[in-house]
Amino acid sequence: MLKVRIIPCLDVHDGRVVKGVNFVDLIDAGDPVAAARAYDAAGADELCFLDISASHENRDTIIGVVRETAEHCFMPVTVGGGVRSEADVRKLLLAGADKVSFNTTAVRDPDVVAASAAKFGSQCIVVAIDAKQTDEGRWEIFTHGGREATGLEAVSFAQDMAARGAGEILLTSMDRDGTKSGFDLELTRRVADAVPIPVIASGGVGCLEDLVNGVRHGHASAVLAASIFHFGTYTIAEAKQAMAQAGLPVRQ
Amino acid sequence: MSIAIIDYGSGNLRSAEKAFARVAASLAGDRKVTVTAAPEDVLKADHIVLPGVGAFGDCAEGLRAIVGMEEALNQRVRQQAYPFLGICVGMQLICATGHERGTHRGFGWIDGAVEPLDVPSTLKVPHMGWNDLHITTDHPVFAGLHGQDAYFVHGYAAQPVAQNVIAATTDYGGPVVAGLACDTICGTQFHPEKSQQTGLHLIANFLEWKP
Repeated sequence: MLKVRIIPCLDVHDGRVVKGVNFVDLIDAGDPVAAARAYDAAGADELCFLDISASHENRDTIIGVVRETAEHCFMPVTVGGGVRSEADVRKLLLAGADKVSFNTTAVRDPDVVAASAAKFGSQCIVVAIDAKQTDEGRWEIFTHGGREATGLEAVSFAQDMAARGAGEILLTSMDRDGTKSGFDLELTRRVADAVPIPVIASGGVGCLEDLVNGVRHGHASAVLAASIFHFGTYTIAEAKQAMAQAGLPVRQ
Repeated sequence: MSIAIIDYGSGNLRSAEKAFARVAASLAGDRKVTVTAAPEDVLKADHIVLPGVGAFGDCAEGLRAIVGMEEALNQRVRQQAYPFLGICVGMQLICATGHERGTHRGFGWIDGAVEPLDVPSTLKVPHMGWNDLHITTDHPVFAGLHGQDAYFVHGYAAQPVAQNVIAATTDYGGPVVAGLACDTICGTQFHPEKSQQTGLHLIANFLEWKP
């Protein structure tokens, strides 16, 4: 049986983990490769690197991070942030990424998503959607870290991306991100039920029950969280145990 | 012993190279991992690995764009009987045909086709994530892997004509081929280089296999 995936996400700025990762035994909390190795050892099902470097030049540092991670961690790695072209996808895949995530570019130039999926296969193309609720039953897509409204409705955009060849949707609720009040389950369920591809729920995890709800009530195939793992509030093992106790299939 | 990982422009070779190098270093004997696009390296290799990420047709085309590569593979694996491991699309390519974005010719080492995953609409495609292996043979490459979770990411699956070449399956709306084995050929639909300990175990089995 296919297992529900638990994915820690590391925000990387100019080659360093933002806010740091609070693990016992981790000497350099800001080193993304050390954090990746710690999550690998802890049994995370996948890793996600989100590059939030301000300038395009500094983005090449993420390539080095991915290359070094691939030397030590034999687990799936998704990389997103600042990915604009087929050439960017190729560079990241060659460095050792398994999946590459488009965000702003998917909105501005959706043909790049289609071309990348045709070239590299749908299985490695993720579209990251950042959505905010704007009305009852309506969520709008925002770019540039939630600052720019696009006027695009999230559910139909996700369907369009799947039709263009995206293999997975990484769905973040901007309303919930950082609040620790749980995923936006209605948003997650609407998108997950509307597309034939897997959806990763993201934004708002504060406790282990939130992870369970993302799958059970949000119908997500995978759950992504950052701070609850980085700050050591919960371990990956505890998250898996909570899911197993709730009757969800997890990899032990 | 030399291990050749074939580079034909197919995505993520670095992970495969590092995983094989890690395992090779842990085993007895002198083993050298080479990533190569040269048919002459394949003709000298003791173990041959064909990774594959992307669409069947693109991969087949990329491989055939290297003059002499398919011939070298046929000679080393089929005539001289050296061990071969195909990974993901690299496994699919050993089938006769692939039906992904058109109809494309594979190597034809195994009679059968690669078809879209036929799953109930409640299940997502691609089949993405960790799923447990049902080992259906006593083949040494798949030894010790029964019940272990491996990492899959694919939307198409091999459907061999002869059932006895199926070495492993996984359950996704019914049995899906997860491993093939026939003569000196093996293949995995999952990614051993991404399957942590389970994957490294399979790689060690393959490198120690003396068919």
